[in-house]
Amino acid sequence: MKRMSWFNTVSITLGFVFLYLPMVILVVYSFNASKLVTVWAGFSTKWYVELMGNEAFLDAAWVTVKVAVLSSTLATVLGTMAAYVLVRAGRFHGRTLFSGMIYAPLVMPEVITGLSLLLLFIGIGLDRGIFTIILAHTTFAMCYVSVVVSSRLVSFDRALEEAALDLGCTQFQAFRLVTLPIIAPAVISGWLLAFTLSLDDLVIASFTAGPSATTLPIKIFSAVRLGVSPEINALSTIMIGIVTVGVISASLISKRASLRQQAEEQAAVRT
Amino acid sequence: MRRFFLIAVPYIWLLALFLVPFLIVLKISLSDTALAIPPYTPQLDFGAGWDGIRNFFAALDFENFTFLTEDALYWKAYLSSLKIAAVSTFFTLLVGYPIAYAMANARIEWRPTLMMLIILPFWTSFLIRVYSWMGILSQEGYLNQFLMSLGLISEPLIILNTNWAVYIGIVYTYLPFMILPIYAALEKLDGALIEAAEDLGCSRLSAFWLVTFPLSKGGVIAGCFLVFIPALGEFVIPSLLGGSDTLMIGKVLWEEFFSNRDWPVASAVAVVLLLLLIVPIILFQRNEQKAREADQ
Repeated sequence: MKRMSWFNTVSITLGFVFLYLPMVILVVYSFNASKLVTVWAGFSTKWYVELMGNEAFLDAAWVTVKVAVLSSTLATVLGTMAAYVLVRAGRFHGRTLFSGMIYAPLVMPEVITGLSLLLLFIGIGLDRGIFTIILAHTTFAMCYVSVVVSSRLVSFDRALEEAALDLGCTQFQAFRLVTLPIIAPAVISGWLLAFTLSLDDLVIASFTAGPSATTLPIKIFSAVRLGVSPEINALSTIMIGIVTVGVISASLISKRASLRQQAEEQAAVRT
Repeated sequence: MRRFFLIAVPYIWLLALFLVPFLIVLKISLSDTALAIPPYTPQLDFGAGWDGIRNFFAALDFENFTFLTEDALYWKAYLSSLKIAAVSTFFTLLVGYPIAYAMANARIEWRPTLMMLIILPFWTSFLIRVYSWMGILSQEGYLNQFLMSLGLISEPLIILNTNWAVYIGIVYTYLPFMILPIYAALEKLDGALIEAAEDLGCSRLSAFWLVTFPLSKGGVIAGCFLVFIPALGEFVIPSLLGGSDTLMIGKVLWEEFFSNRDWPVASAVAVVLLLLLIVPIILFQRNEQKAREADQ
């Protein structure tokens, strides 16, 4: 194992330089005083100040957050239901179609998902806006949630649920008191995944957004098409910062929770 | 009753917002372009009873698909999407395999951290990750500045707005999808097998080719599909990093819809793209199933 270590060190180092250097450059140059993004002209935070005064971006950011919170919550509820159906409901008519509709959106190119939803919304005469983006995001995110949750449902011991039922729980109580706490980590990571997918999405939002609602990715995309701009660098830096803090604290919390659960299980075994 | 409700809610949601929209695309791809709102005919007219439905089906035809085969633009776009997706999948494998290999051989206590560092970029905005390369690859960009200051080149390289920028963009954004399955396969590998091969006289390199690589093949195949399938329909990367001559089918569909407002042709392009994706998706699922059976 140790013999290849120089090779391993080199490939890990180069790999991480490749993954992280572009973002480091982006962050560094967001503090550049010059309007020319590629020429360093001293430290400045003026692009952040300018960004804070840019109403259009702030509005778009607000729309994006609203869409992401609502669609990921809805997607988590629907996706958890779908996962429960896939793993626990046994056989029913149209089960194959159901699981097909869960997995197909995962591999469907975004341009097709976006196009087909837009044609539906036009077909039924639904005005495009925040509401249609939420419907679209919920639909594709619920499939991701159900995959995450069902992998957890498959691995847990069904006897626990049966014990709760034997002890007089109703089916719903058994779900709420036994199943849900056990699958909670998967439900939470499903929600986080749905949330980031929604924040991130450009293509589906472009198809389903109307003139009344613009999300941040749509705004960034139209600005970026014209070339690199220091304001977008500042915006990107803020977004990278939020994600980094979020992911690191989420992983710390889940690590602590799993340690606590282990300790509790050990204590329960001992008594 | 409760069970029925539990099944019905997600079922109806997916039927209404996944299957029905897709059937609409299929239907419009068989319709004709028209100067109307919405810009296609025929419209399904239930008011006319059976005659209306019969007329509706009689008016559908494969004209748009014939059009796709006749116009060289679409042919070239499909072929060039396949080529770009295949070439970038190959490069992603080339970059990703050594990283996965090194991670699988790293000390056990480091592995969770390394994993997190691989996954972290996936959580940051895809758009921003693609955008970050625009400043690097442009003519007066950081890469050219760097290479010229080293004296390696005297003229700036033209990379942005070429297919090379698209390859780099795809490798960069899809790298975690390649690394994770290969890492999973390599981590399970029994080190004793390689020792045995070396004891039996294999050089380190031939032990790698004869033992390690074949045993990680499942991970390699899974990684390749996970990169190839989304790369085929990619829109953001070719439109930001590619040039005007970078033809990718996702971009063609977008322009057909938003610029030309030709809905029937855009729908036909979408249907053909899906047909193109079915083969790799089926192969991918077969590979996954084989891996699952091998695990049991």
